[in-house]
Amino acid sequence: MTGRGCGGALRIDALRREFGSFTALEGLELDVPAGEFVALLGPSGCGKSTALNLLAGLLDPTTGTISLDGRRIDRLPPEQRGIAMVFQNYALFPHLTVADNIAFGLRMRGCPKPERAERVRRALDLVRLRAQADRYPRQLSGGQQQRVAIARAVVVEPRLVLMDEPLSNLDASLRLDLRTEIRALHQQLSLTTIYVTHDQTEALSLADRLVVLRDGAVQQVGTPAEVYERPANAFVAGFVGYRNSLPGTLTGGVFDAGDLVLRVGGYGTDRPAPGPAVAMIRPEDLLLVREPAAGSGNEVPLDVRVCEYQGRGFAIEGSGPGGQLLHCRSDRSFRPGERAVAVVAPDRVRLFARPQTETPTPDRALPVDGQPS
Amino acid sequence: MTDVAATSTGQAAPPPVGAARRPPGYTLTGAVTWGGLWVFVGGLLLAVASVLLASLTTQLADGWLPRGYTTRWYTQSWTTFGLGRLLVTTVEVGVAVVAVTLAVALPTAYVLARLTFPGRRLLLLLFLVPQVVPVMTYAVPLATLVYRLRLNDTLAGIVLVNLVPAIPFAVLVLLPFVEQVDPRIEQAARVCGATNRRVFVHILGPLLVPGLLAAGVLTLVRVVGQFELTFLVSGPDSQTLVVALYGAAVQAGELASQEINAMATVYMATTLTLLLVALRVVDPTAVAARDGRSSR
Amino acid sequence: MSASGPSGDHLLRWRDRARRRGVTPTVWLVVPGALFMVVFFVYPVCYGVGLSFQGTQGWSSAYRDFFADRLVNNHGSRRSILITLELALAASVVNVVLAVPIAYRMRGRVRAKRALIAVVLVPMTLGTVFVASAMKEFLGPSGWLNRALLGIGAIEQPLPLVGNVTGVLLSLVFTGLPFAFLLMVGYTSGIDPGLDKAAAVCGARPAQRFWLVTFPLLLPGMTITFCLSFVLAFGVFPSATLVGNDAGPTRVLSKVAYTEYSYGHYPTASAAAVVMAVVQLAVLGLVLSARGLLHRGPTTGGKG
Ligand SMILES: Nc1ncnc2c1ncn2[C@@H]1O[C@H](COP(=O)(O)OP(=O)(O)O)[C@@H](O)[C@H]1O
Ligand SMILES: [Mg+2]
Repeated sequence: MTGRGCGGALRIDALRREFGSFTALEGLELDVPAGEFVALLGPSGCGKSTALNLLAGLLDPTTGTISLDGRRIDRLPPEQRGIAMVFQNYALFPHLTVADNIAFGLRMRGCPKPERAERVRRALDLVRLRAQADRYPRQLSGGQQQRVAIARAVVVEPRLVLMDEPLSNLDASLRLDLRTEIRALHQQLSLTTIYVTHDQTEALSLADRLVVLRDGAVQQVGTPAEVYERPANAFVAGFVGYRNSLPGTLTGGVFDAGDLVLRVGGYGTDRPAPGPAVAMIRPEDLLLVREPAAGSGNEVPLDVRVCEYQGRGFAIEGSGPGGQLLHCRSDRSFRPGERAVAVVAPDRVRLFARPQTETPTPDRALPVDGQPS
Repeated sequence: MTDVAATSTGQAAPPPVGAARRPPGYTLTGAVTWGGLWVFVGGLLLAVASVLLASLTTQLADGWLPRGYTTRWYTQSWTTFGLGRLLVTTVEVGVAVVAVTLAVALPTAYVLARLTFPGRRLLLLLFLVPQVVPVMTYAVPLATLVYRLRLNDTLAGIVLVNLVPAIPFAVLVLLPFVEQVDPRIEQAARVCGATNRRVFVHILGPLLVPGLLAAGVLTLVRVVGQFELTFLVSGPDSQTLVVALYGAAVQAGELASQEINAMATVYMATTLTLLLVALRVVDPTAVAARDGRSSR
Repeated sequence: MSASGPSGDHLLRWRDRARRRGVTPTVWLVVPGALFMVVFFVYPVCYGVGLSFQGTQGWSSAYRDFFADRLVNNHGSRRSILITLELALAASVVNVVLAVPIAYRMRGRVRAKRALIAVVLVPMTLGTVFVASAMKEFLGPSGWLNRALLGIGAIEQPLPLVGNVTGVLLSLVFTGLPFAFLLMVGYTSGIDPGLDKAAAVCGARPAQRFWLVTFPLLLPGMTITFCLSFVLAFGVFPSATLVGNDAGPTRVLSKVAYTEYSYGHYPTASAAAVVMAVVQLAVLGLVLSARGLLHRGPTTGGKG
């Protein structure tokens, strides 16, 4: 809590875990410099918690190594790893007061009493729970309980903090508040942190670097901006907000999806080779209008099916010429059944190679993009 | 203060790279626990086996195993003790007690679980206290009462005294089961136009079948094994198996021990059959944790 | 029951008030059960207490007879209080001390857990009478246990395991342990396994995790288990009669009460039963208040 970084440098090598014949995590490679905030992002069941439990020592790896500050820790029991963890369901000790919960880790480390009291007090200030120090966990709200859990983790100044979906049990507005708080706390303490979430906005706003997982395999590693703007494959793109996906064929500067042809441009370097491809477009980039202005980009005729008011505009769902389901935005409302035109700029269409086998999902063993720099 | 964290984690410094290993899973406390468990199970099996063997012995021997085996003690004890009659009485008592108990306990448990009304805590107490008062405390005056009603040595008397611990017990078993049924399900049925009776028959009944089974089976097991109460009111014409077994065991000097052991074996067979049935119906650990919410 | 007129109005208003306090027609479903308990439990208990004050020589003569050891067979009824207490306390302490670690080790996934639970349940189903008579066979001077110990040369003389406190205690443990175990399995599985993990990540070694996290959370459950084990062991008399020696060293209170009753001495039988109840409730009260002193604050299991 001195503001100077005391986190450790984490190195994960070929970390793999199987449950019977099922591989929950395969070949995780990650190099985390001291003080970095890394988010593991992926849908439910993709092996995020497995990865975190392996780091914590709550699970044994099938193969692979974990080292912290150059020392192997993967064979140590959790209590000897010098790490701290925040659980999704808080896991506060119900028989201890807030202060005693926070002091627990210090007690285990044999910290002398006066210093312990002082550090607990500072941790309580850090999460603004001074007044609740003598309450029991069940007398606190969910947000307060999770703040206690965070204080319990950071008070021991661990070399590594693990957080397993700490915000997913909270309601929406509380989640936003606590997210900001976690970010502020990390800026203040610079603890090396691995943060697990299935919520892309959470990961994008918190992390210095993202690791996108799918079915136990890494899809992409990169800064939030890299992942958001240049997703490595169709899966990552779908995960960071590219809701519209159209299978088709790429030839030259033209993408042909049957009844629908799009001119594509920009992103020259990472455009796939001509052949079967998937075009992905964010709803925000697909603007619905009655009369398109000339030369505004690709024009896609659309039959409006649903129109939702969203405060700053409207979200519209409709079907394209080939019956494709398309999500777009507009600043005015449409009636169901109305015909309109969706407009997208050529450089806002992202293209990904489509595997020859007729599975629209990309291959599991895609190469890891964007090596950590 | 950073120093403390650093040194304390430093104390737990792992052995050199690659050599670090988890401590083995065998501990002293573990050995003691499992040892104790096996002593218990072993002692139990041996005790049961010695009863079984003794009931099959032709002649008392001083060796480990009997010299010869026979089943004649079973026929003999069947006639001496009237085991057929005893079994019939035991079943009759068990069935009657379970039927009455469930009929009375279900509405009671329902009201106690669902409604708040003045005197609810007092009522709960009324059903809790019999669990913590020694059986003798109410058995003695209850038996005198039964005598006055001229119900001693009758089936009705035995059923009556057995109902006294059975009803509150069944109420306590049923309570968490009723609490588990979401009241909104009932409200939904009412909104759909069901009357009270229909809600009970079509909604609550089916949902409470597991609870009723649990309560019924556990009550039956307890009634069959219930000794003190039955003992006080039963006479020569109305005995259950346990009471007769106790009577035989007390006068062990006058009867052939094989005969007593044959009867004990019959009793054991009866209760173990019940236990098997019970285990098919009830998850014992779920019932044992009365605050069922935590275990389910 | 006409709704008109002042009395009808009054009735309506009264009914309205009752309804507002929660007395709906459904509440009357509780009447049969409550009535039964009042007639066949509360009344007998009160009747028994009354009876105990109707001794042959004045209101307290039954109790004076009890405490002056002037009952049938004159085996020392005062000593019976101590004997019963010792037996029941020892049995319930052993039961809880054995049940907690076994249940704790069963909390995870253990091979053949269901089968093991079924086996442990057997003595509970068999009941005190059977277990006592089997123990008598098994522990007796020519029983298998003594035979085995003699055979391996561990002892010269058969151990006196029957006819004294040891045998009774053993049979009480055999009948009581399953019940204690069952309760404790319920309580241990009610504790969130995440708490153990959280403690491990906080740096607690396995022993510390047990004593600092699991044990305090189990304490309320252990108290309840102790109390219920005590209740079970306190009232039993078949084991004291069959395995022990109810003419002296294991003459328990319920046997005293039963003997008086079988001789038709109702006041003294009731007095013995009342003494039993008082002693038992006193022990329960002490244990529960000691728990209150030991442990304040919420104690319910690990809820997130
Ligand atoms: N103990 C286990 N045994 C078998 N399979 C498991 C076990 N734990 C997790 N899994 C499987 O591993 C996969 C990844 O689980 P998990 O890491 O919990 O996912 P999440 O990303 O949602 O946290 C899931 O498909 C799950 O079914
Ligand atoms: Mg998870």
